Amino acid sequence: MAHINLKRGIAGLGIAAITAGLLAGCSTGDSGGGADGEITINVALAANPQMKTAESLISDFEEKNPGIKVTFTTLPENELRPAVTKDVATKAGQFDVAMIGSYEVPIWADRGWIVPLDDYAEEDADWNEADLLEPIKNIVSKDDVLYASPFYGSSSFLFYRKDLAEKAGVTISETPTWEEVQAAAAAMEDEAAGISGLCLRGLPGWGQNLAAVTTVINTFGGSWFNEDWEPQLTSPETKEAVQFYVDSLRDYGQPDAAKDGWEGCLQQFSQGKTAIWYDDTVFAGSALDQATPEVEPNIAFAMAPTGPADLASGWLWSWGLGITESSKNKDAAWKFISWVTSEDYIKLAGEEAGWDSIPPGSRASTYEIPEYLEAANRYADLTVKSIEAADPLQPTVDPVPYTGVQYVQIPEFVEIGDFVSQQIAGAISGTQTVDEALEKSQEYALKAVTDAGYLK
Amino acid sequence: MATKTRSAITKPPLMPRAERWKRRGPLLPALVFTLLLTQIPFVFTLVFSTQRWLLLSGNDSEFRGVENYVAVVQDEVFWKSVGNTIVMTVGTTLACLVIGLLVAIFMNHSFPGRGIARTLAITPFFVMPVAVTLFWKSAMFDPSFGLFGFIARSLGLPPVSWLSEHPMAALIILLTWRFVPFAMLILVAGLQSAPQDQLEAAQMDGAGIWRRFTNVTLPHLRPFIELAALLLAMNLIQTFGEIAMLTAGGPAYGTTNITYYIYLKAFNAFDFGMASALGIVSLILTIALILPMLRLLSGIFRTEGRR
Repeated sequence: MAHINLKRGIAGLGIAAITAGLLAGCSTGDSGGGADGEITINVALAANPQMKTAESLISDFEEKNPGIKVTFTTLPENELRPAVTKDVATKAGQFDVAMIGSYEVPIWADRGWIVPLDDYAEEDADWNEADLLEPIKNIVSKDDVLYASPFYGSSSFLFYRKDLAEKAGVTISETPTWEEVQAAAAAMEDEAAGISGLCLRGLPGWGQNLAAVTTVINTFGGSWFNEDWEPQLTSPETKEAVQFYVDSLRDYGQPDAAKDGWEGCLQQFSQGKTAIWYDDTVFAGSALDQATPEVEPNIAFAMAPTGPADLASGWLWSWGLGITESSKNKDAAWKFISWVTSEDYIKLAGEEAGWDSIPPGSRASTYEIPEYLEAANRYADLTVKSIEAADPLQPTVDPVPYTGVQYVQIPEFVEIGDFVSQQIAGAISGTQTVDEALEKSQEYALKAVTDAGYLK
Repeated sequence: MATKTRSAITKPPLMPRAERWKRRGPLLPALVFTLLLTQIPFVFTLVFSTQRWLLLSGNDSEFRGVENYVAVVQDEVFWKSVGNTIVMTVGTTLACLVIGLLVAIFMNHSFPGRGIARTLAITPFFVMPVAVTLFWKSAMFDPSFGLFGFIARSLGLPPVSWLSEHPMAALIILLTWRFVPFAMLILVAGLQSAPQDQLEAAQMDGAGIWRRFTNVTLPHLRPFIELAALLLAMNLIQTFGEIAMLTAGGPAYGTTNITYYIYLKAFNAFDFGMASALGIVSLILTIALILPMLRLLSGIFRTEGRR
C-alpha cells in the first residue's frame, strides 16, 4: 500500500512539474513579440485617480505607436507593492513597466531589478528630461542615474479653512510654525458645531501616520538614526516631537484619531468637520473636488509647518515608472513611459479628463499651462514651492546616514516603520504613553539595525 | 447476497487488480488536484520557514535551521496576535450564538411579514466584507459621521471613540453583525426539527415556557449549536479584510490577529522566511485549538447516527 501511495505522489509531482513548465512556456510566449511584429507590454499601475485617467487615454498612445499594445494591471497601492515586488525579485517577467514609489526606486536599482533610463532619456529629446522638477528627479534616481520616470510628484502642506480662521480671529501665515498651528487649532476648534481643530493621520502604517510624524520629528531637530546607525527614537528632540504630535491630536484632533489615514482626513476636511489638515499636496485637487458648497470657497493652503529646529520639512514622494530587468521589450516599454510622463500627456489629460485629473508635481512645464494654473490657482504655486523646499538628501538638522524625508531609505524600514507606527497609534489612542511607545520602538529599531548589520 | 458481500469485505485480495483500479480510477484526478493544491504549497512553506529569505535585501535565501522559529516564539507581537485571535474568535462566536439563538427563536414563530424579516436577517452575511467594513467604519463607528456618535450626541452623552479606544470591541461588534445570520440559519433549522410531540407532552404536563426550552428544546439544539460554533470559529479564525480595512491592525497591534500579522511579515516587510515560520507555528496552534472541536463534531455525527 505504501509504495502505491509513493508512486501516486511521484505521479502528482510529475504532473505538477509539467503544469509549471507549461505555464512558464505560456508566459514567455506572451511577453515576446507576436508573429506579425505586434508587441504587447504589460504595465502595473497603482489604482489612484491619475493612473486611471492614463489607462483611459491609452488609445492615443496606441495610435501614435502602431505595433505596440499595452495591457494594464491596475491594483490598489497595498496590493500593487507585493505583486510587483514578487514579480521583479523572482525575475518572473510578468511586467515590462512597473509603477514604484520613490522609497523603492533606489533599493530596486541597487538590486538590479530595474534598468537605468539615462540612455533612453538622452535619445528621446521630446521627453525633455531637463523639464523634470529637480527634487523629484533626485528621488527616482540612484547615484545621479535615473531609474524611474516620475508620473507625479508631491510634498506635504497645510490645508485650512479661511472662514473658520477669521471667525476665531487667527491668521495662518504662508510659512507657519507648528506652535502657531497648534494655537490656531485650539482657537478654531468648535465642539458645539462638531468641528475639530485639526486632522492628522493616526492610522498605523509606515506610509500612514508615520509619514506625518517623521516630518514633525525632523522639524523638532530629531532623527531616526545618528551617523553610526544608533536609533534616536528616545532622544529628547524626537520625544518632544512625538509628544507634540500626540498631544495636538488628543487635544484638538479629530475624534477617534487612531483610525484615520489620509482617506479619513480628506473626508473630515472636505465635509467641514475639521479646520486644519496637514497632508500631501496631491490631495489639494481632491479636497476641492469633494468639498461641500459651504466648505469649497473657504479652503486655503500654507507651507508645511516648521518647528524649533527651523528646518523646512514637507515630505517628498513620487510614483515613478521603471522598466524591469526581466522585460523583453525594453524599447517599447520606454516608448510607453515616455508617452505617459511627457508634457504632451499632461496637456492631453487636462483636456480630455479635466485639469483636476492631471498628474501634478513632476514637470516644471505643468506649472506654465494657463488652464491648469487657473484651475489650481490656490495650490499650484505652493505645491512647487513645497517640493523645492524638501531635501531628502539632508532631511534632518544633524547629519544622518540615510536619505528620505518621511522614510528611511533602507529595506528594513518597512518593518521598523510599521512597528513604530503601531506604537505611536497606541499613544494616540491613549492605551500607552508616548514614552512607553518610544521605548519599545527604540528597542525594536536597535534590534533590527543590529540584525541587518548596519550597527556594528 | 449477504454472504457474498461479507466474503468480499473479509477477503479483499480476491478482487482482481484491474477491478480495484476501475473503482479508484475516477477518484485519482481529485486526489492529484488535492495533492497539488494543499500538500505542495505546504511543503514549500516548510522549506521556506528554515530559510533566511528577505526579498528586499536582494540576497539569495540561505538555510538557517530553526532560527525563524526561535524568532517567532520570542516575538512579543506574535503572542499578542495569538491572544487577539482567541479573544476575537471566542468573543464573536459566543455573541453570534446567543444573538443568533434569540433571532432564530423569534423567526421560528409565525408573524405577518416573516418572509421579509427572514430575508433581511440573512442579508448581512451576503454583503462583501470590505463593503461592510467601510460602511461600519464611517457610517456607524465614526464619532462625527456615524450613527453611534449621533445617538450618543442626541442623548447628551460624549461620543465613544470606538476604533481608537475599544478597537477589539468594535471588531467583535462588526464580525458579530456579519455572522449572526449564519448562526441563525443553522439554529432555525434546528428549531424547526424540534420534537413537537415532546413539547406538547411537556406542555400537557404543565411545564412552563422556560422549562420546555431548557429541558426539551435546548438538548435537541445542542448538536446544532456545536456545529454552528465550529463552523463560526473556523470562519472567524482567518478574519483578514475586516482588520485591514477597519484598523490596519492597530492601535499598538490591538487588533492584529495571526492572519494579519503573517500578511504584514510576508507582503509588507517581505520577510518570507519568518512569515512561513509564523504560518507553521500558527497552523500547529490552530490544530491544537480545532482538534477538540472536531472531536465534538464527530460526536454530533454519532448522536445523529444513533437516532
